[in-house]
Amino acid sequence: MTRLASFLIIGLLIFGCGTLSAAETNLLNVSYDPTRELYQDFNEAFTKHWQAKTGQEFSIRQSHGGSGKQARSVIDGIEADVVTLALAYDIDAISQRGLIAKDWQTRLPDNSAPYTSTIVFLVRKGNPKGIKDWDDLIKPDIKVETPNPKTSGGARWNYLAAWGYALRQPGGNETSARDFVAALYRNVPVLDSGARGSTITFVQRGIGDVLVSWENEAFLALNELGPDKLDIVAPSVSIVAEPSVAVVDSVVDRRGTRAVAEAYLQYLYSPEGQEIAAKHYYRPRLPEVKANYADRFPAIALFTVDEVFGGWAKAQITHFAEGGVFDSIYAGPQ
Amino acid sequence: MSSANIVLSVPQRPRIVSTGAALRWTLIAVALGVIGLLIAMPLASVFAEAFRQGADAYFGALGDPMAIAAMKLTLIVAAIAVPLNLVFGVVGAWAIAKFEFRGKSFLIALIDLPFSVSPVVSGLVFVLLFGMQGWFGPFLIEHGVQIIFAVPGLVLATIFVTFPFVARELIPLMQQQGTQEEEAAVALGASGWQIFRRVTLPNIKWALLYGVLLCNARAMGEFGAVSVVSGHIRGATNTIPLHVEILYNEYNFVAAFAVASLLALLALLTLAAKAVLDWRLSVSPKPGERKT
Amino acid sequence: MSAVYSGWIPFKPKPSVIPGFGLTFGLTVTWLSLIVLIPLAALFARAASLGPDEFIAATASPRVLAALRLSFVTSIIAALVSTVLGGFIAWVLVRHPFPGRRFVDAIIDVPFALPTAVAGIALTTLYAETGWLGGLLAQIGIKAAFTPLGILIALVFIGLPFVVRTVQPVIEDLDHETEEAAACLGASRWQTLRRIVFPTIAPALVTGFTLAFARGVGEYGSVIFIAGNLPMVSEIAPLLIVIKLEEFAYAQATAIAVVMLCASFAFLLAINILQRRMAASRVSGR
Repeated sequence: MTRLASFLIIGLLIFGCGTLSAAETNLLNVSYDPTRELYQDFNEAFTKHWQAKTGQEFSIRQSHGGSGKQARSVIDGIEADVVTLALAYDIDAISQRGLIAKDWQTRLPDNSAPYTSTIVFLVRKGNPKGIKDWDDLIKPDIKVETPNPKTSGGARWNYLAAWGYALRQPGGNETSARDFVAALYRNVPVLDSGARGSTITFVQRGIGDVLVSWENEAFLALNELGPDKLDIVAPSVSIVAEPSVAVVDSVVDRRGTRAVAEAYLQYLYSPEGQEIAAKHYYRPRLPEVKANYADRFPAIALFTVDEVFGGWAKAQITHFAEGGVFDSIYAGPQ
Repeated sequence: MSSANIVLSVPQRPRIVSTGAALRWTLIAVALGVIGLLIAMPLASVFAEAFRQGADAYFGALGDPMAIAAMKLTLIVAAIAVPLNLVFGVVGAWAIAKFEFRGKSFLIALIDLPFSVSPVVSGLVFVLLFGMQGWFGPFLIEHGVQIIFAVPGLVLATIFVTFPFVARELIPLMQQQGTQEEEAAVALGASGWQIFRRVTLPNIKWALLYGVLLCNARAMGEFGAVSVVSGHIRGATNTIPLHVEILYNEYNFVAAFAVASLLALLALLTLAAKAVLDWRLSVSPKPGERKT
Repeated sequence: MSAVYSGWIPFKPKPSVIPGFGLTFGLTVTWLSLIVLIPLAALFARAASLGPDEFIAATASPRVLAALRLSFVTSIIAALVSTVLGGFIAWVLVRHPFPGRRFVDAIIDVPFALPTAVAGIALTTLYAETGWLGGLLAQIGIKAAFTPLGILIALVFIGLPFVVRTVQPVIEDLDHETEEAAACLGASRWQTLRRIVFPTIAPALVTGFTLAFARGVGEYGSVIFIAGNLPMVSEIAPLLIVIKLEEFAYAQATAIAVVMLCASFAFLLAINILQRRMAASRVSGR
């Protein structure tokens, strides 16, 4: 048994070394689904910036997928120099395994979230069902598209936004919020595993009257899939979605890429980086860039996870963990 | 069992059992209908979507550097996984078909096992072995070796998934053929390798080739298992099926289906190859081949 | 070297003059161990890190049970449908040649090679209400995509080639003469089919059924697109494994995987033994 195992390892060692040799002059950014277009542009800009500054030749590789799945890849050993994920909880999960320092969220400004987004509605052109706010989503004749919060980071923001809205209604409390969210999920005919899958089900398959979505995804879908087919509706209240970024300490220290990895994330906060983020419909942090794009982003009363839910760790355990509120919504009789 | 080995050359004579033309064509129509709805239409829709914006868009999508990188990677993975499964499929089939031993059912069931393992789990087991939280992961990372999220992981997952294909194709045939020819060869003083090369191989070569073709088709088309171990690094660890998923998720449907159509074409080529094999078989029946 | 076979020694071969048992058997077991058994041992080990109570909690919750039931029931039904349709298609392909038969024969294997995700996307495109077939079905009040029926369609798509490819060679080898003899003796077509043809191809049908089932029960890629994925309704067990993984709950994910694996292995083994019995009784009955 041990001999077999050592045989296997030696064989694979020989095999593995070959694939690794060329990997020193690049950076791997492990990110979530909706940021593909953003980071394609941003990587190009940063590569130029870095080469002008240091003269170093290097390239940036990208990996995209569901936020939780990507976090798991990092935990399982993918050589990510930086992670740019959908929510702080996923980076916390990596940090718990000791790959990222515990204080990661304070190492960069704005909770390590260089840009933000929020949750809005995408409806059919002309808004035939007259959907204006969260209340309309629980009406019996409305079909709502949203992904599964168990597998999609974006879907968790959707869920928390709905919960926060219900809580802030007159007389709102935990029970009424739970009932509201349960009613909303009763209107969901398909639970896709990711935000992109949900968008495709809504737009291409014609399922549902309203898609609950990231603001940036809603704009992208509108532009890519049909300005003539879709409209965006901004609810009265929503959540500040803060996609977080962090340097993966254990990887950059092993590979000696800390300087460039840190510069990469810092550059997201620069006017150039903020401009690119805004161009891709992420809400920028920098006031002067914000001002340039003011007409692009509708004014919505926004609340944060910390204000309403006491932080991601708590929200995760209460709502999305095994046996949490989300499970209980589906565990009851249908 | 071995009566099938006798080559009969019965002259053509009128069939006693025949089917009326109406019934015959009804049967054919129903069969075609089923195939049409279940297989041909999904296949057609892949090509329809791929050519939605014309041939330029189609070939543009195939010429994209990321698509080419994915094709290269897929070829590399298949080039390693398929020969290994070929060798061990033949070896396994020999042990099972030419000998009687207790626990044979158990061994066959073990060989079949990867069929019934969910693709998700097929990938997961290698993460459990070589991931940083797994058995060998910390050791490997320390020594700078990347198995999962790199080519070796893709190869391992592919071998796992296509493990039963060659053996599965060979075992029933070799069992049916029995052991008499090999025993005769032994009596004539042939060595083991000679028996295999001169007696067994000619008998099984078409089934073997077919098994390899299927194994290859599956190796190139595998999605679930490689998705778990790939890490989805653009241009580095995306095989064709993974690249299709990425394009689809980028709302780039034409490109997604264009790249997917490559794999559909592969399936058709595989079967064209099989048709040629069948034809050669019927044109030049050699002694020992059972085919009328 | 005399008869020691009577003892219950596993893997001990019956004496044979053909060489190479030691070598081939040894290589087979080694390769099987490296590629299949050791990785699966890792799966079991991780699941075993849960205590018995936790293991039961992870695998016997109503939602997990519903998903397991859905996976097993749909894949058994789909395998049955595939067996009937596949057997029929194989029969027509062999016995009733028609123009273009080669081409039709060729596309049977498409589901093998098409990546499952592509199959899922293509099937969903077709069977959603906006698709070619989904629109027609919707008119007669049937919703296919995003319901358990959609899962069934995907699984039949995946399983059909396994049945056709296992049954086809057996039908090709069928003796016309036996059928003709039966006809001469006054058997009706139906009797010939039932008494002569069916018993001969039955083992192949069983194999095809087994393969289609085995492949279907763990299927992921083609199903998630078309399933709808609602907990308790259309959520398959492999999706639940993925969900557990996304929660970083490896042990629980592996626990569900282990349950699935043991169930399907028991099923495969039972069918394999049944089949050998069938074969043995047929041979001795002659």
